[in-house]
Amino acid sequence: MAKTTTAGTRDLDRAGLSDERLVAMLRNMLLQRQLDNRGFQLNRQGKIPFALGSEGHEAVQAGAAMAFERGRDVLVPYYRDLGLALGVGMSPFEILSSLFARQTDRSMGRQFPNHYTNHDLGVLSISSIIAGHCTHAVGVAAAFKYRGEGGRAVLCTTGEGATSQGEWHESVNYAAVHGLPIVFLVQNNEWAISTPQDLQMRVANVADKAPGYGLPGVVCDGFSPVATYAAMNDAFVRARGGGGPTIVEAKCYRFLSHSTDDDDRTYRSREEIEERRKMDPVPRFEQVLIEAGVIDEARRKQLRADVLRETNEATDAAEAQPYPPAESLYTNVVAGDYQPWQE
Amino acid sequence: MAGVRAAAGAAQTGITMTNVEAVRTTLHDALVRDERVLIMGEDVGARGNVFLITKGFLEEFGPQRIIDTPLAEASIVGVAIGMAMEGLRPIAEIQFADFIYPAFNQIVGEAAKIRYRSNGDYTCPLVIRTPYGGGVRGALSHSVSIEALFYHVPGLTILAPSTPADIKGLLNAAIESPDPVLFLEHKKTYRSVKGEVPAGYYTIPIGKADVKKAGSDVTVVSFGYNLHQALDAANRLEGEDVSVEVIDLRSIRPMDKTTILQSVRKTRKLLIVHEDNKFGGVGAEIAAMVAEEALFDLDAPIRRLAGPDVPAMGYALPLEEEFMISTEEMVGAMRDLAKF
Ligand SMILES: Cc1ncc(C[n+]2csc(CCOP(=O)(O)OP(=O)(O)O)c2C)c(N)n1
Ligand SMILES: [Mg+2]
Repeated sequence: MAKTTTAGTRDLDRAGLSDERLVAMLRNMLLQRQLDNRGFQLNRQGKIPFALGSEGHEAVQAGAAMAFERGRDVLVPYYRDLGLALGVGMSPFEILSSLFARQTDRSMGRQFPNHYTNHDLGVLSISSIIAGHCTHAVGVAAAFKYRGEGGRAVLCTTGEGATSQGEWHESVNYAAVHGLPIVFLVQNNEWAISTPQDLQMRVANVADKAPGYGLPGVVCDGFSPVATYAAMNDAFVRARGGGGPTIVEAKCYRFLSHSTDDDDRTYRSREEIEERRKMDPVPRFEQVLIEAGVIDEARRKQLRADVLRETNEATDAAEAQPYPPAESLYTNVVAGDYQPWQE
Repeated sequence: MAGVRAAAGAAQTGITMTNVEAVRTTLHDALVRDERVLIMGEDVGARGNVFLITKGFLEEFGPQRIIDTPLAEASIVGVAIGMAMEGLRPIAEIQFADFIYPAFNQIVGEAAKIRYRSNGDYTCPLVIRTPYGGGVRGALSHSVSIEALFYHVPGLTILAPSTPADIKGLLNAAIESPDPVLFLEHKKTYRSVKGEVPAGYYTIPIGKADVKKAGSDVTVVSFGYNLHQALDAANRLEGEDVSVEVIDLRSIRPMDKTTILQSVRKTRKLLIVHEDNKFGGVGAEIAAMVAEEALFDLDAPIRRLAGPDVPAMGYALPLEEEFMISTEEMVGAMRDLAKF
């Protein structure tokens, strides 16, 4: 993409990104925020039983998605990856179909919201079992290496809590031993439901664990999409070029309760949240782009209006879809017809 | 479902509470009573467990006894095993039964075999509590029933009480047990089922089913959320002059042969109802036992109502409803058997 730095504006650390791509990241972040709010809104209206937000993760995911190469790389996400899902090409309609559990959802209403799957886009199907997907990500990377497909890499994401799981350690170790093309992105939002980071690990940074596996570990500012992009792009370039895995830890925050089933007032202070809110990555990045002259106030308004309209349209379109039929419960158990007793 | 209420059988004096309150107060009393008891799991501390079962425990008993563990089930169970072998009485919590799989090795490969492999030199008095079951829009990974995955394993005790009074008595028995117990709590009954709980400490013997409703035409064996539906169904059939005996299994391993056989020999008809899928489910063992022991006492083929043979219930309402057994289906099956 052409670099179109506007002359005469304030210096911006853009990590080589064109204006167009900077604005694309902002748009992704605004859309995340809008869709997140919509999920919680629909839940409060009693229209959907559950929603889970990624508020506070917008910058991480917009930045990481920008480093991802569509059509080449594979995403093995976790359930708080709305922005990555959008960033690699999933549509708001798909997201809302899953929130409403409609027939148009890829899993046909089977999966919990936020448990994406999209084989066409290279988004691997995941379960809710924390860190269960990390081994699969390593397997995909192993397949790339086996087939000699240089230039491709896997993005495996988790929260910081997930790094306590044996399967996360086993995955990182396996990938390290075999020098596989994979990036482990840990979105450290300080909390695993009610459990703070210091009850998960003794190190200050998840990335500090990397040397124990013989891997590079990188910490980046997860409230900055540009910083996250820069760290992720380095890691992707290394992986695609045969340089092996990297652990990238993006420091961010979970602004909302864990999900609509959680109430964070029982375990963290309002002051802490207010403090982090001052760093809210969405208005902050808008401001950065305005000050650098990449967008003006009118463009900001336009972008906000666009994502609101897009979200409204997707909401109406998804809500109008039918539920999957009850009979669909019985399909795709195995290939073909499935009966535990054979005639 | 409308009209769920606690089954008969609780003592006349006591406090009325929900299933979730029964779990909470029993755990609380155990912590007060026995210093060796401690609770460990994800979010059991400040959050007080995701269903608020341990709310306030951290403040009352401190972080040495109410342990917010790292997010790793293999070590939650594995560390608890070591504590149990060393004389403590840990109660390990798996946040949802669906998340027990990372601990499968620790439960099946280790806990169940410690007494046996050491020939009694070491024991493993450990309780693993976990909420299971569907009907709460939990989709694939917050809905499973796990009893059949574990009930094949000698050395494990599996309890699944369904009323507040039974929860208290059997949770106390589990904590007293010298061997590992998997304690299953149906989450749909947590707040929907209420009943009277006798005051004071008591235990209910492990391995004893309970006749929750006496009857003469059909025997129904069930547990969990289904048990309450079966009672509803049986009560509805009273109006049609069909008399159904409802047995609450309560203990899945070991299982109560006497109560089941006594009832079946009386009614001569057996219906087994469980939420988990049918193939290899708990109903298969009950049916096989009855066929071995009382085939010629039966007047009709044994009938099982169970979940469909698919990997999970879906998130969309029609997919969940299709998976769960309805009370109407139970009424129909009971009526058919009675007529047979
Ligand atoms: C094996 C397993 N255990 C427990 C859970 C319940 N659970 C869901 S999310 C979560 C916390 C995860 O925290 P983290 O990895 O930091 O991700 P975050 O939600 O903060 O983005 C827990 C304990 C689960 N889904 N899977
Ligand atoms: Mg976290």
